[in-house]
Amino acid sequence: MTQDNPLLQVEGLSKFYGHRIGCADVGFDLYPGEVMGIVGESGSGKSTLLNCLAGHLPPDQGRVMFDTRADGMRDTVTMSEPERRMLGRTDWAFVHQHARDGLRMNVSAGGNVGERLMAVGARHYGDIRGTAIDWLDRVEIAEDRIDDRPRQFSGGMQQRLQIARNLVTGPRLVFMDEPTGGLDVSVQARLLDLLRGLVREMGLSAIIVTHDLAVVRLLAHRLMVMKDGYVVETGLTDQVLDDPQHGYTQLLVSSVLQV
Amino acid sequence: MTMIKIENVAKSFVLHNQGSAIIPVMDGAALSVAAGECVALVGASGAGKSTLMRMIYGNYTAQAGRIMVGDVDVASAAPREILELRRTTLGYVSQFLRVVPRVPTLEVVAEPLRAVGVDSAAAEMRARDLLSRLNIPERLWTLSPTTFSGGEQQRVNIARGFAFEYPAMLLDEPTASLDATNRAVVLDLILAAKARGAAIVGIFHDEAARTEVCDREVDVSVFTPGVAA
Repeated sequence: MTQDNPLLQVEGLSKFYGHRIGCADVGFDLYPGEVMGIVGESGSGKSTLLNCLAGHLPPDQGRVMFDTRADGMRDTVTMSEPERRMLGRTDWAFVHQHARDGLRMNVSAGGNVGERLMAVGARHYGDIRGTAIDWLDRVEIAEDRIDDRPRQFSGGMQQRLQIARNLVTGPRLVFMDEPTGGLDVSVQARLLDLLRGLVREMGLSAIIVTHDLAVVRLLAHRLMVMKDGYVVETGLTDQVLDDPQHGYTQLLVSSVLQV
Repeated sequence: MTMIKIENVAKSFVLHNQGSAIIPVMDGAALSVAAGECVALVGASGAGKSTLMRMIYGNYTAQAGRIMVGDVDVASAAPREILELRRTTLGYVSQFLRVVPRVPTLEVVAEPLRAVGVDSAAAEMRARDLLSRLNIPERLWTLSPTTFSGGEQQRVNIARGFAFEYPAMLLDEPTASLDATNRAVVLDLILAAKARGAAIVGIFHDEAARTEVCDREVDVSVFTPGVAA
């Protein structure tokens, strides 16, 4: 967390849908090992922003500079499609809210994990299966489920499998879109604990979009609050949640039901 | 050597959703704490003791002034500088334990040590030592503290807060609701921290405890706007 060069530098990022604003003039730096949360209500532009950052949507303006292993800082918006896809397979990972969007549902659990490895050049069957077993274990999926298909898994297991598939190639930056959305509270807790451990062990940087303030309090170092496509507040997670400055953040924080 | 130095700090809360009411809570706050010194914040409930402490930790923003902890100005530092300060320099024992569900007590206590690179065996040994000194039964150590009683959670929180030897520490009511035995253990921990040179800011309603560990008192009500200083 003390390294001096940012892993990701975002400047003036905007995306418009016709004359409606998706997200406007977003800028921030993300350093190695940092986890940033993006919160806001539905339609605030947080998913649009995440998809622009991850190269799934072309932004209309702005730059997304990423510290690539080979060539240092590169603008991922202007790099070629094959280069961007390569990043998506190697240094980047994307955890979808719905596991079925991030998994191949008719391929075995082991195959789902192995496929990412093969995409970056792994060829030895024994090695791939061994790594897959190791990763299933890390996300707490029993080895004897390796040949089952994801559709035979519970929602929480599918989400953990998606995480294994994404992290097996040792990415440096993980994008997560509501990773705990739609899961039971007990399953959420397990997933949060798992994610937190992996982020720490692997020194991952992550950008997590969620509307759940409890999730960001536990996972994110920093927080960005969005409303109507604009970033209205940023800061340390606990500071933004405990001493919110913007009216919208105050409303968001005070609207959380106490348990 | 001055470890914590606060100058001319001001703070008000603006409640945007309640008619944009502006509540000034602090103005011209000043405080200086040397290494090895323990300073008690005093003043009536609502005078701003916790607010000042939270501002030193970077949990609340300051509208004006400087809050130096070591060579970092918390009032103007970037989030990552504050995170680094909290990891290596500034500890905070709050009144409430906040942890990720499912993480065992031993890990909760050892975590601040792991975060500064202490190996897991040494970190666990320190955690075991603190938990036993604070009389948390060993059979609970492998369980998550989320299900513990209030008093047990508070002691886990204290163990966690004292696991790493921070050069500066903030203590919010560390002896509240402890029995006599555990209260004595906590006071010993505070005295030991002072002896090794930690600069400490504390809130103690327990007057006897304050007398025992604190070198001086600072009345925060003189920093309340509209009250004659």
